[in-house]
Amino acid sequence: MRYMYKIAAMGDKDSIYGFASIGLEIFPADEPREAARLLRRLSEEKYAAVFLTEALAAQMGTELDRYREKAVPAVILIPGVSGNTGEGLRSISRSVEQAVGSDILK
Amino acid sequence: MAVLNVNPTRMELTNLKRKLVTARRGHKLLKDKRDELMRRFLELVRENKALRLEVEAGIKQANLHMAIARSVMSDEALDVALMMPSQRMDVEVTEKNIMSVIVPQFEAKLKAARDGEIYSYGYAFTSCDLDDAVKALSDIMPDLLRLAEIEKTCQLLAAEIEKTRRRVNALEHVMIPQYEETIKYITMKLDENERSATTRLMKIKDMMLEQAHHYQ
Repeated sequence: MRYMYKIAAMGDKDSIYGFASIGLEIFPADEPREAARLLRRLSEEKYAAVFLTEALAAQMGTELDRYREKAVPAVILIPGVSGNTGEGLRSISRSVEQAVGSDILK
Repeated sequence: MAVLNVNPTRMELTNLKRKLVTARRGHKLLKDKRDELMRRFLELVRENKALRLEVEAGIKQANLHMAIARSVMSDEALDVALMMPSQRMDVEVTEKNIMSVIVPQFEAKLKAARDGEIYSYGYAFTSCDLDDAVKALSDIMPDLLRLAEIEKTCQLLAAEIEKTRRRVNALEHVMIPQYEETIKYITMKLDENERSATTRLMKIKDMMLEQAHHYQ
């Protein structure tokens, strides 16, 4: 099956602004509750991937877990302007732990 | 391990034996599935990690340029420069089947106003750092999309591996021992019944002979 999907970027304005120029749709959001609502809306529309800043993701807690087992959208963490928190790599570690039982890639 | 609560009859025994065969076969198949999923998963997750490090470095670079651009230009000028993109990124999503886990495959379809034109603004009022930032982002975009694809695949595979592992364990440590014990229990019970029937018959025969012929 083939569908056309869009890509979105979410996070604080400064971090995601650049993505607008290369054709992504940007949704500035600073407040975790508002971001969670936005993400729910995006997940029901045709978005293949949502790039989310680590800083915002860290505040959203377990909200992101509901997208882990869905095929789309892929919620991918990216470092924002405030720097790399390592949250993205931790999300990989979580997958490994879930599958293997312990993080063997350390 | 607890014996199942069933009547010790021959029919139950046949049923249980059939179930045990199915359980053993299911266990073997699921174990194979788990092993293969695990192999694929480990391959992908290594790539995932390498790609993520690469992409994060790229974004850091882009953010660096962006920060400089922002310090040189006014917010309004930056807004004007970036708000009307000259290209649109769409993704074509196809489904791929890895061991009956449906994973998405992304393919970027870039719609640009002019070919190869990634800058959405004239060069007159913008800083060259903005050009660098946009260029850097544009360069890592294919990797970013690939990262999204692989990371999603890894998440889906991890969930499936966890499920399969639980099933394998449940079969191996609960279902199969339970069936084996119950089969053993029924077999014993049936044998015992048979023996008691035989001895009863022998006893009755003795009693009848004694009555008829006064045999001792």
